[in-house]
Amino acid sequence: KVAVEVLDHLERLALVDFRDTEGIERLQNAIQFADQLHEVNTDGVEPMDSVLEDRCLYLREDDVTEGNCTKELLQNAREKVEEYFVAPPGNIPLPKLEERDTFLQGS
Amino acid sequence: RGCSWAAGWRRAWHRAPGVTGRRQRAAACNTKGEAVPAGKSGLAPWLPVVGLEIHAQISSNSKLFSGSQVQFAAPPNSLVSFFDASLPGTLPVLNRRCVEAAVMTGLALNCSINKKSLFDRKHYFYADLPAGYQITQQRVPIAVNGSLSYSLCIDNKRSQMVTKTVRIKQIQLEQDSGKSLHDDKRSQTLVDLNRAGVGLMEVVMEPDMCCGEEAAAAVRELQLILQTLGSSQAVMAEGQLRVDANVSVHHPGEPYGVRTEVKNINSLRFLAKAIDYEIQRQIEELESGGTILNETRAFDSRLGCTISMRDKEGKQDYRFMPEPNLPPLILYDAKSLPSNMNHQQVVNIDWIHQRLPDLPSVKRAKLVEQYAILPEHSFTLLNEDGLTEFFENVVKKTQMKPTKVIGWIIKDLLSYLKQHSIAVKESPVSSFLLADLLNLLEKREISSTAAKQVLAELWKGQGKTPLEIVQEKKLELIKDQKELEEICQTVIDGHENE
Repeated sequence: KVAVEVLDHLERLALVDFRDTEGIERLQNAIQFADQLHEVNTDGVEPMDSVLEDRCLYLREDDVTEGNCTKELLQNAREKVEEYFVAPPGNIPLPKLEERDTFLQGS
Repeated sequence: RGCSWAAGWRRAWHRAPGVTGRRQRAAACNTKGEAVPAGKSGLAPWLPVVGLEIHAQISSNSKLFSGSQVQFAAPPNSLVSFFDASLPGTLPVLNRRCVEAAVMTGLALNCSINKKSLFDRKHYFYADLPAGYQITQQRVPIAVNGSLSYSLCIDNKRSQMVTKTVRIKQIQLEQDSGKSLHDDKRSQTLVDLNRAGVGLMEVVMEPDMCCGEEAAAAVRELQLILQTLGSSQAVMAEGQLRVDANVSVHHPGEPYGVRTEVKNINSLRFLAKAIDYEIQRQIEELESGGTILNETRAFDSRLGCTISMRDKEGKQDYRFMPEPNLPPLILYDAKSLPSNMNHQQVVNIDWIHQRLPDLPSVKRAKLVEQYAILPEHSFTLLNEDGLTEFFENVVKKTQMKPTKVIGWIIKDLLSYLKQHSIAVKESPVSSFLLADLLNLLEKREISSTAAKQVLAELWKGQGKTPLEIVQEKKLELIKDQKELEEICQTVIDGHENE
């Protein structure tokens, strides 16, 4: 079972909301599924981190081929100020477990 | 004299008000690396430890993983591609020039180049990081285990130099973030992504330094190296070179103390100041029974102190993971070069090594050898953009010995330039004019006092030649024996009574 502190930590880091028991169960099932990897003996085997590891990493020439699409990019912005995107002032951290409205409080 | 800049800022530091009235001298170790003597309580001495993380913007036309342009000061969000804005469906494509810049820098810093390096994602949320992660090289960076040699003046008066070395832990390629402009009045942040995705080389220096002066000297040398290689223009004022310092103190023989990270340092002068302040702050805190928190502190250049940046979020967990969209970066050398590969897809370490220009240390050694000038002079020459060229041009056009010319360059010309805060290339006195003047002096047509007067005139930049000024002001040396005797006799006659 995953501890409440870990769930809280995950909610804070990834800004997800586990919302209900079902959500937490899904997480636990996913971890169990992945744990099957431990059944394989990997002594002396180099870890693989990507299925692309045998591919060639393509190198691009240093030419300017993109950009200059300010208007298009700002189209998606809800708020803008003179061609700048607008964001809240600094990060607004998730309130502590006791102070926020989350299902985890009850656990 | 040599290292005028180092002496200059050191003097400035001493003149500036200390954070508290009683603190009088800089919290510097001496060049033998001896500890800072204890404070009032007479406890054991303190050893400060300083490490640096330096971010150098790569000098390239386009960004690290996209084809948008790299340029300082452009209209907001005009140099941004869909990938830079992190729009869905976009992928990173590595810029070859950035790889070459990192390899060059690694070789210049005596690093081992990793023929296979990997890219990772470093996750954190911030408005100027649209993807929510930065692509970096956390596990296996492109270069490791290098070293950088730099020099310090031991003594302001004696101009003696000592060489020190700092180990380079690694160099990694990573993306820069966009820029946030904080509008506190309207409680909002304006975001410009022009800088988002620009290639950076992060150079990590091991904690081998012990004070602000050493750190500033090491960074200065790195700056000169990067500029010589052309891998970065490394102008701190334009944000092309950013330095974060890791500072801690401990007693000799004991384990290292808790370290703090100091950010927001915009110049070499402030770097030294910030580090020395932080060392002193930690010593005072510990001596009065307090503890040091492992935190990030910002340097306030106005107040000359560091301020805690602790926010309510607590310690960051970056959840590093391999970048799934990029295979490993493979580099080749003469031996491993595949025969059938497209040249454009190959980065050959040996090829780059053969084409490295003379590094500053080599240039200095050559100047000392060729012109018999002092090592300190070679430092001063390389420290000012264009000064070496100026000096060599004057030497070419004059019969005066280089060892004499150097005095005029460093004592006279350079002090004029500094006084008026102008660069060598903006000098109203060209190398031709100075050479002409020195020739007059060398041929004994004028005295050296007169030469200084002529130089002052030349400085006004009115287009007159040295010879014209000499004739105008009648500064020619009288060489006729008879004339001189007549003058002396007149003087003696005039003072017969004495």
